[in-house]
This record gives sequence, structure tokens and C-alpha cells, in this order.
Amino acid sequence: MELLLLIFLPLVGAILTSFIKGNGAKTIALIFSIISLVITGVIVCQFTPDASRQFVTDVSWIAQLGIHFNVGIDGISLITVILTNILTPLIILASYKRNYENSNAFYGLILFMQSGLIVVFTAFDAFLFYIGWEAALIPIYFICAMWGGKDRIKVNMKFFVYTIAGSLFMLLGIIYLYLQNPMHNFDINAFYALNLDTTQQSWIFWAFFLAFAIKMPVFPFHTWQPDTYTTAPAAGTMLLAGIMLKMGVYGAVRWLIPVVPQGTDTWLSLVMVLAVIGVVYASIIAFKQKDAKRLIAYSSVAHVGLIAAGVFAFTAQSLQGVMIQMLSHGINVIGLFFVLDIIYSRLKTNKIEELGGLAKVAPQLAIVFLIIMLGAVALPGTNGFIGEFLLLLSVYNYNAWLGAVAGLTIIFGAVYMFRTYQNMMLGETNALTAGFTDIKGSEKIVLYIICALVIIIGVYPKPLLHLSEASVQHLIEQVNQKLTGVN
Amino acid sequence: MIESLLWLVPLLPLLGFIINGLGRNKLSKGAVGFIGSGVIFASFILSLYLFFQLGTLADKQVTVTLFDWISVGNLHIPLSFLYDPLSSVMLLIITGIGFLIHIYSTAYMHEDAGFGKFFSYLNLFIFFMLILVLGSNYIVMFIGWEGVGLCSYLLIGFWYTNRNYASAAKKAFVMNRIGDLGFLLGVFLMFGFFGSIEFAKVFPLAAKMLPGHGTLIVITLLLFIGACGKSAQLPLFTWLPDAMAGPTPVSALIHAATMVTAGIYMIARSSVLFDLAPVTQNVIAIIGMATALIAALIALTQTDIKKVLAYSTVSQLGYMFLGLGVGAYTGSFFHVLTHAFFKALLFLGAGSVIHAMHHEQDMRHMGGLKGKLKTTFATMMIGTIAIAGLPPFSGFFSKDEILAYAFQQNQLLWIMGVFTAFLTSFYMFRMMFLTFYGKYRGTHHEENHIHESPKAMTMPLIILAILSILGGLINMPHVFGGNAWLASWLSGANVSHKELDLDHSTEFILMGVSVAAALIALLFAYNKYVKSAALPVADEAPRSFLEKLSYHKFYLDEIYDAIIRKPLDALSKFFYKVVDTKIIDGIVNGLGWSANEGSKGLRLLQSGNVGYYILLMVVGVIALMLYTYLSLS
Repeated sequence: MELLLLIFLPLVGAILTSFIKGNGAKTIALIFSIISLVITGVIVCQFTPDASRQFVTDVSWIAQLGIHFNVGIDGISLITVILTNILTPLIILASYKRNYENSNAFYGLILFMQSGLIVVFTAFDAFLFYIGWEAALIPIYFICAMWGGKDRIKVNMKFFVYTIAGSLFMLLGIIYLYLQNPMHNFDINAFYALNLDTTQQSWIFWAFFLAFAIKMPVFPFHTWQPDTYTTAPAAGTMLLAGIMLKMGVYGAVRWLIPVVPQGTDTWLSLVMVLAVIGVVYASIIAFKQKDAKRLIAYSSVAHVGLIAAGVFAFTAQSLQGVMIQMLSHGINVIGLFFVLDIIYSRLKTNKIEELGGLAKVAPQLAIVFLIIMLGAVALPGTNGFIGEFLLLLSVYNYNAWLGAVAGLTIIFGAVYMFRTYQNMMLGETNALTAGFTDIKGSEKIVLYIICALVIIIGVYPKPLLHLSEASVQHLIEQVNQKLTGVN
Repeated sequence: MIESLLWLVPLLPLLGFIINGLGRNKLSKGAVGFIGSGVIFASFILSLYLFFQLGTLADKQVTVTLFDWISVGNLHIPLSFLYDPLSSVMLLIITGIGFLIHIYSTAYMHEDAGFGKFFSYLNLFIFFMLILVLGSNYIVMFIGWEGVGLCSYLLIGFWYTNRNYASAAKKAFVMNRIGDLGFLLGVFLMFGFFGSIEFAKVFPLAAKMLPGHGTLIVITLLLFIGACGKSAQLPLFTWLPDAMAGPTPVSALIHAATMVTAGIYMIARSSVLFDLAPVTQNVIAIIGMATALIAALIALTQTDIKKVLAYSTVSQLGYMFLGLGVGAYTGSFFHVLTHAFFKALLFLGAGSVIHAMHHEQDMRHMGGLKGKLKTTFATMMIGTIAIAGLPPFSGFFSKDEILAYAFQQNQLLWIMGVFTAFLTSFYMFRMMFLTFYGKYRGTHHEENHIHESPKAMTMPLIILAILSILGGLINMPHVFGGNAWLASWLSGANVSHKELDLDHSTEFILMGVSVAAALIALLFAYNKYVKSAALPVADEAPRSFLEKLSYHKFYLDEIYDAIIRKPLDALSKFFYKVVDTKIIDGIVNGLGWSANEGSKGLRLLQSGNVGYYILLMVVGVIALMLYTYLSLS
């Protein structure tokens, strides 16, 4: 029941907002997103942290094709649901000071997307998963295309076609699996139980991998991302970087590796190398970016590269690192993009070299920006450290040299983040920045909450790690059984 | 008792940070100073009490676990503290000297608009430093390790509106992070090899191994890279002189007495591992010696009083690493203590001079201050004699212990060590003579405004001066009839100790040589800077090749810029403009274009028709929902 509420309440909210004229829409959206957050809190309290699937609803949907509306929550789903439902109200609140045209449509689309995301993270039926996957894409496309900045049509065209192309491969993969399935359904357990030979698995691997790799994005499938993040409206960028890219991560954990473990094994070293190249390559590109938004976009490619490496390393430590880093990265990246949006809304620029001295006129902003940045560069005691430590340890255990190369992110991250911070916040003010006003109202609330999360998760991550631990362990055992069983 | 009180030691400074951080604009300066210094004083008293408690225990090791921090699979990292002889002494140093420097800062920073911020940062630093030395495993140590790096960043860049200062702060953080990567990789390897990162599990396992094991060598080398970053050793030392951009109390506390010795603490803590890795020990000895020598050579020609002290710190840290490399763990740790006394003293003294001179740091504009700043002069002279290694001041004992071990290991190292001691004595007395002797080199008007600093600043100087004189008693060697207290105290802490295998007459000869070297250097300096009243030349005046090399710090910054920073920045542009935009994105666009051309008949992918595609999808979803609704009803 609680889970169904999480899926359908945002839809109700989306429909409601579309009838509201003027500024009421954002309030409705905020209320609905907070209700979802409260329900998520209830779910977390009721959740038994074992490997089982809970809050299950499984009804036949399209009987002729064996399609079920099958949703539930295990530890892995729970982390992503928490991510979605903590970040959505923050993102809505972060847009509170902005007056978007047709704001009812804008907030309606955000809620619609939230619903799609929850379906993605809780579906145990491949068809339903695919529906959620596309349902989450459509609203974000409209958000970016209608409220975005310069070149938005062209940039979004590419984003849309690129991701749709990836999804289509996945759809083909799902249909193929369905056809191979003697039970003639889309049930995840039936997919896990399929006996495919290595060649089949390889094909399926690539079909799914492309979809997920484009979504995350993993090097070299990332070129849509910096343009899209830069031109999207702030809320769109936050949705994309904070939540949406985790669809790819989640998809790989849930639908790729356990379904085709041999296929994954065949291509494992290539994927690991690509992921680690992404970490270093994107970090280096971030060094000389002039636009802060684009810089954070590239840093996101680097962070996600490390998460991807953790996904495919597929050990208890790596997957737990992935879980907590999905959450931490989401929190930190929306914090960073929000800071940039605050600056942009006041000064109409995110060009690093035009800024400077903001710490002097906006000390509060300087402090929260610093704390979020420390999370992003994974200082121990912040949320970023827990995930990055587990992920680097896992990559190192997979291959020491690869681990050492991925570890460069520790240095490079400090270089580009501290450079950016220095050029934007430190030094003397200039003609442009002298009149900057410090954060207030809803801006403060959002940034304080983010900073609190950065520190709380960093100091006491145990409850979060505990939520997903059993499910991660179970998934690993399942995959290991399948790997040893077939050979 | 220890279990129930230990956690308060770091908690109090953290509370100070929170109170002063939140109240930095509301609390009065008096309140900020009182809270900031008070919490450190309370921590110090507590540390003192715990120290004596520890002395009464038979097994001098207490582990206190606060909670499970990270626990995944076979990896367990509790947030736990280890209180043993080694950490107990560090606690006293950190809170004791920390307290003196807090008191000093109440006067030194009194006119600064960021007074509250300064004290909150200083408290935070003490908190992280205490975590660093209290951690019972490498990851809790790493929390403190990176935390002090953060505070160092914040305090170097304290006057952040100055771009150069902000750059210096960033440089310190980044260079520390290079070391930190080494540290982390070492920990990863250790975890893979021993299955744990707890001191209490790793060291007993390692103790059973044969010396020279390859994995141990790699682990210790990686940890040493971490130490090089934090403790400013070659090739990562160039951040420390730049760190002088921070307020002078910061230089005294962080960049002389405590944080920069973290690398030595870490290696002393891990001495079981390092003892089994002779290759690493040799590397440490060579790097330490080279750093000590090069930094001393640079210090010879510097004209900024803080820069002289900064290079001297780098050089002294080099000595400590030399000691670690030749197995003189106690000697190195002894030097950490005495150096904390006399270098904190020297920096605070320099701060007093700078304070009196209204922020002038160039010694070429000073001179003749000894009459005006009597206490500052007298205490700094004590510090200088201590660092120069003249008996019976503290530096003499600790430095000579290191040099004696070096002699036993390799006589070339000893010769270089004595030569460096010679240089040290020269540049330190040069600094004293240029600052305090001769005639004042500013205007008469300025001269009238020079006054001795207030009590809050001179009292810490006097206390530190006393410690600099008497500090040698902590580990008075047997040759002087002492009982080497520090060595026997540390033996309760798993710190390796190998006895010096030299007869007493050799020891006396070695000491005689180094004392003679220091005295000769003193005479040279006296002749040049007092008798002949020589002055360092102006920046633009011509210098000889060697002088240039020294004055420009062997051009290390320029070299790093040319071989690391510039190539990386060029690579960044190349990756972005060519690889990303032209090649990868070019291929993507090419594929998109051909798909577009190929599908013209369908006209789905052409711009303008995407809406049509979405419409189809929405219609599809609605149809599915309708179907569901109908089939259900």
C-alpha cells in the first residue's frame, strides 16, 4: 500500500498542479513531494533489513503477454527510493524563488517524473521497468526543452535521441529474454533463472549496457551530458544529475549483471577500464572549464565513472559503496548545482573568471559551498568519503594498477574543485560581484539541509549501510551461484 | 577511568569550534578568546590527568571504541581510540602548546575582523589533530590526517581576499592530497594483505614476518609518500614555505609544532612495519637527509623572517626522517618534542617582531630590535641556541641522538648531518643578527612606534623558552648519567627501539664535532652580519649562481609548473577541444546523422518531429492504462 502511494500520489499531484494557475502549483508540488518523503520515512521504519522483497504488489496487468504490475522494495530499491524522495522536495524547494512560465506544467512534470523513477526503482517486471524508464525520460525532456537556456532544442534533441537509442537496445534485449523465457512472462526471477549460452549473454549484455552506460553516462557515451546539464534549467540539471543517472546505475545492478553474469564477465575488463578512464579523463577536462556548470557536469562524469567501476566490481564492498555513493553524489551534486543557480540568478553568469570575492559579500554561501565541496572531494567525515573509500578499495582489489589510476580522482578532484572555489569565492570582489547578496529564505533551508546530510551521513553511515547490506549480499550470492552453476 | 574520560579530550575542542563557529559574529572577542583557549586548557588538564593515570597501569594500552563507523563485508572500521605512551605524549604536546598559542592569538589577532572565525578554525584543528593521534586504526587516523589538512587550508587562506594567500592554501591542500593518495593505497594494500587496518591486529601479524618482505616494502613506501606530503619532505615540501601566508600563530602551531610532525608520528606508530622494510628505511633516510640539506641551503639566503623559519622547519623535519630511516624512532620522536618547543617559540617570537613592526616581515628592513623587544629577543635567542644544537639546550640532545644513530648506520649520512647542523646554526644566527643587532634600518618615525608585545604574547614565549632549555631532560642519554625516560616510556607503545652500539668516547667525539660545527657557524655569522654589518642584497641586485639557486629555492616551483601543471592543463584543453568535442562527439553526431539520413522515410528522428514521437509514446502509455482499466472492470 505504501509503495503504491509512492507511485500514484505524485501522479495525482501532477494532475492537480495542471489545474492550478499561477504560483500555487509549486506549493502543491512541494506538499506532495513532502508527503512522499514522509511515506518513505514510514517505509524505512517498517522495513526489515533482510534480503527479502517487501511492500510487494503483484497483479496481472496484460495477461496475454504475461505482463505483471509487480513492484516491491528490497534494500537496494530502498536506497534509490530514499534518494528520489529526499531529493525531489529539495529540488522543488530549490526552484521556489524562480518564476517559471507555465509553472503548473513545470511542477507537474517533476511529479510525473518522480512517479516514473519510483517505478524504475521498484519494478520487478521487466516490462514495467521499461515503462517507468521511458516515463521518467519524457518529463525531463520537456523540462529541459521548454525551460532550458541557449541552444536547448538542439542540445535536447541529441540528449533525447541518444538516450532513446540506448533504451531501444534495452527493449530489444528485454523482448529477446521474454522470448527465451519458457514461462512467457517478464518476471525478474524468471530472467535470473534463464540458461543462456555465453554468446547470447554477450548480446544481451551489450543491449542493456548501452542503455545504462548512456544514462549514467560512462565514458565514451557521455558527450550528450555536459551540453544537456549546462543548458537545462537548474531543476532539470538537478533531476538529471541527482536522480536520473542513478537509473543507469540501478539498472546495471538489478537488470544487467544478475541476468547475464557470464556476459558481464566476458566484457568485465573492458568495462572496468572504460569506467576508470572516465574518472581520470573527465577530471582532467574539468581542470580548464570556464563555465562552472559545465565543470560540475564533467566532475559528475568522473564521479559516476567510479560508481560504474564499483557496480561491475560486484563485491559486497563495491556494491555497498555504490549504494551510499548514489545517495551522496545525488545530495552533493544538487547542492553544487543549486549554489551555481543561486549565483546565476543574481549575476546572470556562471563563468568562473567573471566571478571572485563572493566569500566577502556572502559568507553564508561561502560556508555551505565549502561544506558541499568537501563532500564532493570526499573528505573523511563527509558523505563523499564513505562511498569513495569503499569504491576505490574495491577497484584496487579488482586490480591494483586500476585502483591507483582511479585514485587520482582524490588529487584531481581537489585541484578542480579548489581552483573553482578560489576563483569564484576568494580574492577581492569585482564590479560584478560587489553587490552580491547572501543566501536567504528557502535557499538557506535547502542548503542547510544538504550540509547537514553531508555531515550526518559522513559521520554515521551505519544505518544506511545496514539497510542495503542483506540485499546486496543476497544478490552477490545469487550471481555467484549462477556463475558456478553453469560452468 | 581512562575509558570514560578519553573521548572528552577531542570533544572539548570540537565544542569550542561549534560555539565559536556559530557565535563568531555575536560573541564578544573576550568571550571567543576565553572559550577558544578554555576548551584547549581543559583538554590539556585532562590529558595531563590521563597521562598520570596511564603511568599507573601495568599494560599501558587502552582502547576505547565509540561506535562502528564503516562496516561492510569483512571490512570493519570502528571509530575507536588508542591511548598509549605514544599518543599520551602527543596529546600533551598538542593541547599544551596549542593552549599557549591560543593565548598568544588572543592578543596577536585582536584587531582582526575574523577573530571569531580564527578561533573556531584553531579549535577545529586541535580536534582533528587529536583524532589523528588517537585513532586506533589507519582510517580513523586518516580522518584526522585529512581534517588537519582542511584546517591548514582554511588557516593559510585565512586572509582569503589576497589571491596569493588563497593560492598558497590551495597548493598546500593539493600537495597534501598527493601524499594522501599514497597513504590510502598503502592502507588498501595493507587491508588486502593483513585483512585488517587496526594497529592491534596488523602489528602482531607483521611482527611474525621476516624482514624484507616485498609487500611490506610496498606498504611502507606508500605510507611514506603520505608522510612526505604531510610533513613536507622532498619532493612534496614546496607547499610549506608558501603556507607562511597564514597568520603567524598558525605557522607556529600547525606548520611547525604539530601537524607537520604527523608523518613522523605515523611512521613511529608503524615502526613494527618499517623495521621489517630495510629498503624503505634507506629511502626514508636518504630523502630525509636530502630534504634537511636542501632546505638548509635555501634558508641561507632568504630575507623574509618567516621564510627562514619555514625552511628551517622543513630541514628539521628532514632530520627527524633521517632518524626514522636509521632506526632512531625514539630520537626522532624526541626531536619532534624539542622541535615543537623551540620552533613554536621561534615562530611566536617572529610573530612578536612582525606585530611590533606592523606586519613587516623582511629582515632587510629590521635591525637593532634587541633593545626595544627585550623579552622577544631573549626568548628567541634561547630558541636559536636550542635549534643550533648547542648544549645544554634541548635541541642538542635530540639532534645528537639522531646523528649518533646515523653515524652507526652510515658515516656519510652523519657527515651530511653535521654539515646541515653547521648550516642551521649559520642561518639561524644570521636571522637573529639581522633582526636584532646593528642599527634599525627603517625611518626614525617608525622606530619610535616599536614596542614590546603585550603579556598574552610574551608569557607563552617565556614558557616555551623554559621548555626549550629544559626539554632535553625528557630523554637525557645515559652518557650524561640520564635515564632516557622517553625511550623507556615509549617502550610501552610498541615503538621499536634499538640500543646505540657506540662506546661513550665515540659519542663524546661525535657531539664535540657537531657542537664545534655549530660554534664555527655562529662565528661566521657574527663576523659577517654583526662585525661587517653585511646586508642581503635587494631582490633585483645581481647574485652569483649559487646564491640564485638558493634564493629561488632551486627553482622547484618553476620545475613542477613546467613538468606537471602546464602539461596537465594542456592535456585538459586537448581532451576537451579535440578528443571530446571533435572525436568522440564527432562520431556520435556522425552516427546520428547517418541514422537520420537513413530514416528519412520515417521522419521520426528529424528535429521538429520529436514531439510526434513523444505523442506516440504517451498515446501508447494511455492505451495501456485504458486496457488495464477495461480488463479490470
